[in-house]
This record gives sequence, C-alpha cells and structure tokens, in this order.
Amino acid sequence: MAVDATEGAASAPGMPQLDFSTFPNQIFWLVITIVVIYLILSRVALPRIGAVLAERQGTITNDIAAAEDLKRQAAAAEEAYNKALADARAEAQAIAAETRAEIMADLADATAKADAEISAKAAESAARIDEIRAGALEAVDAVARDTAAEIVATLAPTASDDASIAAAVTARVKG
Amino acid sequence: MSEDAQEQTHGEEAVVEHGAEAAHGTEAAHGADAAHGAEGGLQIHPMDQFIVEPLFGDGPISFYTITNVTLWMMLAIVGVFVLMVLGSRGRAIVPSRAQSVAELTYGFIRKMVEDVAGKDALAFFPYIMTLFLFIVMANFLGLIPTSFTTTSHIAVTAVLAMAVFLTVTVVGFVKNGAGFLGLFWVSSAPLPLRPILAIIELISYFVRPVSHSIRLAGNVMAGHAVIKVFAGFAGVLGVGAIAPVVAITAVYGLEVLVAFIQAYVFTILTCVYLRDALHPSH
Repeated sequence: MAVDATEGAASAPGMPQLDFSTFPNQIFWLVITIVVIYLILSRVALPRIGAVLAERQGTITNDIAAAEDLKRQAAAAEEAYNKALADARAEAQAIAAETRAEIMADLADATAKADAEISAKAAESAARIDEIRAGALEAVDAVARDTAAEIVATLAPTASDDASIAAAVTARVKG
Repeated sequence: MSEDAQEQTHGEEAVVEHGAEAAHGTEAAHGADAAHGAEGGLQIHPMDQFIVEPLFGDGPISFYTITNVTLWMMLAIVGVFVLMVLGSRGRAIVPSRAQSVAELTYGFIRKMVEDVAGKDALAFFPYIMTLFLFIVMANFLGLIPTSFTTTSHIAVTAVLAMAVFLTVTVVGFVKNGAGFLGLFWVSSAPLPLRPILAIIELISYFVRPVSHSIRLAGNVMAGHAVIKVFAGFAGVLGVGAIAPVVAITAVYGLEVLVAFIQAYVFTILTCVYLRDALHPSH
C-alpha cells in the first residue's frame, strides 16, 4: 500500500496550498468576497437585525409596563369590589337592626295594649263579681231577716218588732 | 501553468511530501507513474481536492481567472446573503426560524465582541462579523463532498490574518499613540526582566498572524486530507471497507465540529487582539 503524495503530471504538485502561482488568484477573489460580504452585512443585514432586536426589546418593555398597569387596575377593581361588598353588608345589617327594632316596638305596643285591655276586663269582672257578691249577701241578709221574722212570729207572735229582729239577724250573720 | 512555475513547485515537492505524509501517516511516495497506473495500485490523492483550477478552459491561472476558488467564494457570499438578509427579511417581532438563526448569529458575535474586546470595539463589529461568517460559511461549504474548501488554503487564511494584524496594529497606534508600545513593556514584572519580556512579547506579537492563519488552514486541510485517505482505503478493501467508512463518518462528525470551532477561534482571537489594541495596558 502506497500513498502517492506526488500525483501524476496532470495533477498539481504535493501541496496545492504551496503552489504560489495560484496565490494572486485566491487573494483577488478573497478580497472581493470579503468586501461583498462586508457591504451586505454593514449596509443591509446588521442594521436590519439590530433594528428588529431593538424593536423587540421595546415591545417587550412596553408589554411589561402595560401588564403591570393592568395588574394595578385589577387590584383597584378588586379593592372597590371588596369595599362595595363590605358596604352592602353593613347596610344590610343596619336594615336588619332597624327592622328588628321596629318589630320590637310594635310588639311592645301591642303587648301594652293587650295588657291594658286585659286589666280593664279583669277590673270589670272584679266589679261585677263584687256586685254579685254584694247582691248575694244582701239576699242572704234579707232571707235571714225574713226567716227570722217568720220564726219569731210563729214562736212568739207578740214578741218584739221588726227593727230588733233585723238588728239581731245582722249581729248574728256578721258573727 | 507556466514551465517556470511548474519547475518551482516541483522543487518544493520534497518538502511538501514530508508534510503530507506526516499528516496521514503513511509510507513513502511512489513515482508519478505509479500514481497514474490505472488498475491495481492503491490510488490516494488526498491533496487533489485542494487544487486550484480554472472553471472554464485550461489556461494559466492569472489573478482574475474564474477558478473553483471563485465559485466557492461566491457560494459563500450567497450563503451569507441567504442566512443574514433573506433570513431577516420578515423583520418580525416574533421571528421565523430563519430569522431566529440570523438573530442568534448576530447576538453571538456581538456579545463576543462586547465581552472580549469591550464596548468601544463595537465599531469593528461588522468587520468581525464578516470574518466569522465568511470562515464559517466556507468551512461548512467545504464539508460538502467534492466541494472545494477555500479556507484550507494558507493564501486565504494568511490574508485574513494579516488584515486583522494590520488593522489591530494601526488601531493600536492611532488610539494610543506610542502608548501602544506599552503592550510590550510588562510593567507588572520586575524591572530587570522587562527587556527580556519585551523581546518575547514582541516576537509573540509578530507570530500572531502566522499562528492565526495556519491554525485555521491546517485544521481544515488536515481533516479533509484524512477523510480522503480513508476514502482511498475504502475503495480497495471490498467488504472490509466498512471500517474506513465508519472512520470517515467519525472524522466527518469531527470536521463539522472543527468547521465551527475554527471559525469561532479565529473570531475570538481577532477580538482578543483588538482588545490589546484598544486597551494595551497589562
């Protein structure tokens, strides 16, 4: 096995890199290439990409600011909501208390009225009972007097008068 | 090629052969006839892929002749144009895939320039971007089978490196005046050592373009030559060719890596040199 580094007559010599006759050609085209690439980059590509990157940075910054703004608004809205909720709750409690007080007042009123009515009725009843009781006592008195007079008249027709009988009966009933 | 040129280049063969052999570690070269002996002998011409030849006709190569160099450099331009101009055509806030690639490339090099060479080096950003895109494009185009790799030629990389060297030197003196020489005067070293260090620094400064250019061309050339050698083995081994084919695949993968890394290294070294020019103090 032999590696042939020398090549045939048609090939270039050992290391084409050291074939100085091609140097001007390579250098010429290299310079052109580098200049063209430099112009492409510095005139078109790099400014454009730089602008796009800057624009993106700006957009991102703006978006972040907008997001923060929205967040703040959301927090404010939540606060307002909570405040409204608390207000409504306080109002509801006030209304409930008021209603309760009204009802209590009505109730007390009604109770007082009923009490008054009841006591009036009771007084009336007591008066009538007293009346009835007085009537009954009077009747007992009269009956006792009559009965005593009859008895006296029967047992001793000549005996004492009505007045003494009544006094005696009264004394006896009381005793 | 003229007679004289042929003479001259044949004279160099002896030297060149050693280099080539060292590169693929194979035995001695046969004569020109053996290489041409059609059937039988193993024919490997790992360096043929680097030959510069006219695209049209067969004449001598003058500086304006349209050669394969021209073709592949124009293709590199087309590649850069497609990547950076057509890719960013949409100017979208939410980028398309092509635009993302263009933006990533932009951001990658811009950040490199800013981090390595400093903010005031951003004036050179288009220049450095040009270098990077040309090299990376040429490297990757060179990985297409049967293509021609312009960056494998020392003539190309040496011009790129010399351009960087001259730019850096001129910028250094324009920005800092004689203060640029402070780069060679290591003020943090003990005084007796400084002259010696200055000489070392000076030498290393002038070696920069050499290493800068040979690193790139050498890496690209070596990888391509190795692939070609394995391909030559595969041609004669029959069923056993599976081994070289696997090796080619592996080396090709490595070459893809090298294509990018060498472009990256060239670019970042440019930035480092530029930083020296802008801020020469140690």
